[in-house]
Amino acid sequence: MSQHTLSGAEHALSGAVRPRRFGGWYVAEHRFRVMRSYLQTVAVTGIGNPFLYLFTMGVGLGSLVSQNLGPDAVNGVSYLQFVAPALLCSAAVTVTAEEFTYPVLLGFKWNPTFYAMNAAPIAPGQIIDGIVYSVIVRLFATCGIYYVFMVFFGAVPSGWGVVSILVAMLTGLAFGTMVMTYVATIEQDTGQVAMLMRFVLLPMTLFSGTFFPLGSMPWFLQWIGWISPLWHGTELSRVFAYGASEPAWLIVVHVLYLGALFVVGWLWSRRIAARRLNK
Amino acid sequence: MATVPAPVITATNLVKKYKDFAAVDGISFEVAPGESFGLLGPNGAGKSTTMRMVGAVSTRTSGDLSVLDLDPNQFGPEIRSQLGVVPQSDNLDAELRVRDNLIVYGRYFGLPIGRVKARADELLAFAQLEDKAKSKVDDLSGGMKRRLTIARALINDPRILLLDEPTTGLDPQARHILWDRLFRLKEQGTTLVLTTHYMDEAEQLCDRLVVVDKGTIMAEGSPAALIREYSSREVLEVRFGSEKNAEVAGRLEGIGERVEVLPDRILVYSDNGEAELVRITERGLHPITSLVRRSSLEDVFLRLTGRSLIE
Repeated sequence: MSQHTLSGAEHALSGAVRPRRFGGWYVAEHRFRVMRSYLQTVAVTGIGNPFLYLFTMGVGLGSLVSQNLGPDAVNGVSYLQFVAPALLCSAAVTVTAEEFTYPVLLGFKWNPTFYAMNAAPIAPGQIIDGIVYSVIVRLFATCGIYYVFMVFFGAVPSGWGVVSILVAMLTGLAFGTMVMTYVATIEQDTGQVAMLMRFVLLPMTLFSGTFFPLGSMPWFLQWIGWISPLWHGTELSRVFAYGASEPAWLIVVHVLYLGALFVVGWLWSRRIAARRLNK
Repeated sequence: MATVPAPVITATNLVKKYKDFAAVDGISFEVAPGESFGLLGPNGAGKSTTMRMVGAVSTRTSGDLSVLDLDPNQFGPEIRSQLGVVPQSDNLDAELRVRDNLIVYGRYFGLPIGRVKARADELLAFAQLEDKAKSKVDDLSGGMKRRLTIARALINDPRILLLDEPTTGLDPQARHILWDRLFRLKEQGTTLVLTTHYMDEAEQLCDRLVVVDKGTIMAEGSPAALIREYSSREVLEVRFGSEKNAEVAGRLEGIGERVEVLPDRILVYSDNGEAELVRITERGLHPITSLVRRSSLEDVFLRLTGRSLIE
């Protein structure tokens, strides 16, 4: 006797309820399983980087700055306090520059697991969602640990500084999702991601007011900061970390700019994935 | 007589165009539940494109398609929740171990983790990969990877299993192991839809098939019926040497039901191959080699298209 009292269509309709609702989370779950395989790298960079950067930049370079310019040399705070929120944002951008590039290239091209997910009930957009969710979790861990180190180094004078964790995460996501839209379109891999790291990520880190205020750069280079999500994030996190004075309208611009990049990058990537997987 | 069950797949005038090129150009077919249905054709015939449309991951350009009574354009995830898909090239997750590949995949269907783990162990046994559970995917042989891909496709107990060129690139032994596994699924009543350019595979596994070429269906039927309709019972293959084949062919008038001249050999279609060979030698022609065999789907394809399946 047949035990199927439901028709195939009814089975199908009930079978897709959970994937339609939670598909993005299933993809995130996949990402976490994969991250487990490079957990050591995640842990070492997550703990090692804040220590190294805060120590060498903040304490090492900072003492040089203080010797020459006094203890409240930059923006009325110590160099360590000035540079720490920027390093936090920069760490977030480093995480997203990694997570939104190679895994995306891998899934579409080298080891096309995205096609396998899509052959299951997962929709292309949910694959992108899942990547974003998993990166948010990793960012929260990375930035949280970084912040603990900042407090430990005495780099955060204000209690509001904890908000800079969220600012850093938003900064990373704004940059990362935009990068993902580009990486998702790569059909022929000719080392574009390595180029991106060298010619976009590195200059952006150097020219986004990270190590010195944007205003101390020649005017014709300052535009790099204005379009750089890292500069907007860094400025915003300084407001929370030590109360850097910033006009209210500019704070609004920072938030809107970062939020817009994040949302546009996310939605755009979804569209590209849908187009690319539907052949 | 039992009533004919409603088809699980119905395609009517299915078309898929890429710019001006029609990869699939008006294909119609039906697949009944529990049936093993094949699309036989050379590379580039439009088989894989058809499979992707049936698999609800590729939007059709025109025509009608229904899988489990649902339209893939609207109910992609619903249809895919009931399918198992074995793609042409393996896309197993090289970053995960063998068993984890199955577990992660089961989760995409929203299945609870406990059930997925139990099912993964059953399927590892089915795929004869129990001792490879913790291996890296890259350490598996080609045949093992295919078996793992099939196991992965079964994680959701699919109603329809889609297999795109399941044994391409495998050695004969690995192919036979795979066929045995697929045959078991067929016996269990799983609906199989497979594409292949191997006629022996189609003969082994398919209850019914369509011969596809250049995006259209050339013929449809069971392997035996197709052979009966489009070929003779036996085929005599004679070789006179590559320079002489064409010349000799002119002197074979009246021999066999039909003669096909290929670059390396001449095929004589007849119900009695041996008798035809005698008649050829009586004309003073002495082939270097001769062989009488049963007709195969290869002959059907040659008859229908004038070309060989595997070039």
